[in-house]
Amino acid sequence: MTIDLQARQVKPLRNTYAHVAKYIGDDKLPTRYQEATFGAQSSENFHYRPTWEPEFELYDAARSKLVLADWYVLKDPNQYYYGNWTMQRARQQDSMEANYQFVESRELLEKTPADLRDLVGKVLLPFRHVAWGGNMNNMAIGAYGYGTAFTAAASMHSMDQLGVAQYITRFGLVLGGTEILDKAKNAWLNDAPWQELRRYVEDTLVVKDPFELFVAQNFALDGQIYPLIYRQFIDQYVAGQGGAALCMLTAFMPEWHDESARWVDALVKVAAAESPANRDLITEWVKDWGARARAALAPIASMAWDGTGGSKGADEIAAAWQILQNRAEKNGLAL
Amino acid sequence: MDAFAQNNGHLAVSDARYINGLKLFIQAVTPLEYSIHRGYAHLGRQLGGAGLRIACQLQSLDELRHSQTATHALGNFNRFFNGMHHSVSWFDRLWYLAAPKSFIEDAFTAGPFEFLTAISFCFDGLLTNLMFVPFMSGAANNGDLATTAVGFSTQSDNARHMAVGLAAITFILQQDAGNAPIVQKWMDKWFWRGFRLLTLAAMMQDYMLPKRTMSWREAWEIYGESNGAALFKDLAQYGIREPKGWRDACAAKDHLSHQAWNLYYTYASVAAVHSWVPSDEEMAWLSEKYPQSFDQYYRPRLEYYQFLNQTGRRFYNHHLPMMCQTCQHPVIFTATEAPATLSHRQTRLNGEMYHFCSDPCRDIFVNEPEKYLQARIPVHQMHQGHCFKPEPDGRAADFDAKFDATFDAEFDATFDAEQALLAWGHITHGQDNLDFDGSPDQINFKDWGGNVEVEGAQS
Repeated sequence: MTIDLQARQVKPLRNTYAHVAKYIGDDKLPTRYQEATFGAQSSENFHYRPTWEPEFELYDAARSKLVLADWYVLKDPNQYYYGNWTMQRARQQDSMEANYQFVESRELLEKTPADLRDLVGKVLLPFRHVAWGGNMNNMAIGAYGYGTAFTAAASMHSMDQLGVAQYITRFGLVLGGTEILDKAKNAWLNDAPWQELRRYVEDTLVVKDPFELFVAQNFALDGQIYPLIYRQFIDQYVAGQGGAALCMLTAFMPEWHDESARWVDALVKVAAAESPANRDLITEWVKDWGARARAALAPIASMAWDGTGGSKGADEIAAAWQILQNRAEKNGLAL
Repeated sequence: MDAFAQNNGHLAVSDARYINGLKLFIQAVTPLEYSIHRGYAHLGRQLGGAGLRIACQLQSLDELRHSQTATHALGNFNRFFNGMHHSVSWFDRLWYLAAPKSFIEDAFTAGPFEFLTAISFCFDGLLTNLMFVPFMSGAANNGDLATTAVGFSTQSDNARHMAVGLAAITFILQQDAGNAPIVQKWMDKWFWRGFRLLTLAAMMQDYMLPKRTMSWREAWEIYGESNGAALFKDLAQYGIREPKGWRDACAAKDHLSHQAWNLYYTYASVAAVHSWVPSDEEMAWLSEKYPQSFDQYYRPRLEYYQFLNQTGRRFYNHHLPMMCQTCQHPVIFTATEAPATLSHRQTRLNGEMYHFCSDPCRDIFVNEPEKYLQARIPVHQMHQGHCFKPEPDGRAADFDAKFDATFDAEFDATFDAEQALLAWGHITHGQDNLDFDGSPDQINFKDWGGNVEVEGAQS
């Protein structure tokens, strides 16, 4: 017997899992993001204390000073789960591939003024080590944070940071092979202008509070680096000096930052809104880490803009700082 | 996957009994994969070498994908069948899911190198083939193309994960000859922990696939015995021998699934999964696949259950089982060379007696008592009055956590332990639990016209 099952009335018993329905109700189908995210993490009756951190449970919201009644309020406005996140990144990778082909086939790098290429190499390449720090820090949030909404998004963000480090590496390779990457690493480790930034990255590597780490890395630091280095320096200054081709090779980074800043802002906003204590805590973190990041980036900005004298670097730093300030205020912080 | 759902593929599976294997998958395996994702995030942050660290980061994301994809594929079944709707909280609360929960939490709370040995080497390298390949081919054979797709896509990552595990273990062993005894101890422990975890897979394989593919015994011989033996031969040069419980595991291939099914059959009143007596045809298949054991040890028991059913006395065990302090399975397994003797082991520590299902589980405890003393054994909790809603006074002199009240009208209890356990565990009585026969799943599947020839469903 062959029948058409679709024509039959088969009424579902429910629309989704109870741990998802808790957040969205059971009167409609969940989105892929909701289904993949809400309530996915174990939350009780843990068997053993971590050998490596016996003062906490395996998953323990007390690892952060931030207090949330429910950590699943930290929703990602980009609604990423593994599938749509990788598809989006694959599209961006294709477009970066095309950019590289465009630049390489027309030998646009060779046609860029040599001193500009040198300057970009000097300013940009050590940032691959910063991105590597961002990779580790977000992986730490994915590991030690509480609730899948927070941790899964951080895990994906961690891989994005690795992608940024790899894009910078590739940029260095076309610019000057492994030699220029070695030089950049040496500068990162030894040259005076980089040392405050390196200290900042290394200090964040030992921050144990997952939400403080989130603020220090994704808001305070990246919130200044990406406007300063990618928008103001490469897309504006370098492009204006005849280096438009170089923007094509870093196109992913500012685009990714704009997108992921939506996630970062959403989390800061909702966490700060939950209580005055949270707002004060996050405000302190932003003030503290933000000021440190600003100071650490100052010598880099000076290197980028003031090679032939002047103080434009300081103006650019102030502009990036202002962008962060504006975001902080929009997110309900009182700096 | 989505086409499968849109075409009501869940109604085209061989039989609604099949869905119960999926229930165990979403209850036991998916949360396990989720925690493995988080575990690798720890390694991806903390391991020293960039190569291994990035491999762990990528595996962390792979495991996230596995848990999300399975959640989606089974989310469709969850709409139409019971026993899936509280999967995450069941993982955290239900007594029979303490086995997978304690397995992953044991690995996750250990140090990074033990975690690598546990998950990358023992679980991914030695055992996941046994979890995925036979069951997923079973899913295909029973018309469930959604789960088949999930399984094979998961398994395609696992080949890579196995390579990471072998590389990591080889690397650790090459670094210092003093590492071999440490790694050996971990292998002894994690092979056995993993093997005990596979009890669920064995049972799914032999009892829960209405259309059979291969038996657990056959799967074990291919994916366990021969693959495992080759692996340990390769590692012999570093002073590694086969894990301690290896021979016990091989000897158990004739018994494991049958003993597990008996547990699930008799405790179906307090589990979010149905069980049943296999049909005569299915028992004939089991006789054929298990000539050494089925007719002699297991058929008579099943036929007795069948007899009870025919006279309206479906057997449920109303007593709390003793659970193994290490693997957290009830103590149900038999001794290696004596299939009619319960393998019950004990150890006294600080004046307390601890109970185990086997020698390897006792050894694991003795090597690391400070860890296993912490285990939150569900049955022990119940005896103290926990795991119930409402929660009784566990210290009262007349407190008794046995389940007779629901089933024995003459039993005079002021506290209905079973109903209170089900309420706490979010199991709806008569819906998620009990025998398959008469269950809403069975009735709905029939009403919906399940397992009729559906055009296009197989393509």
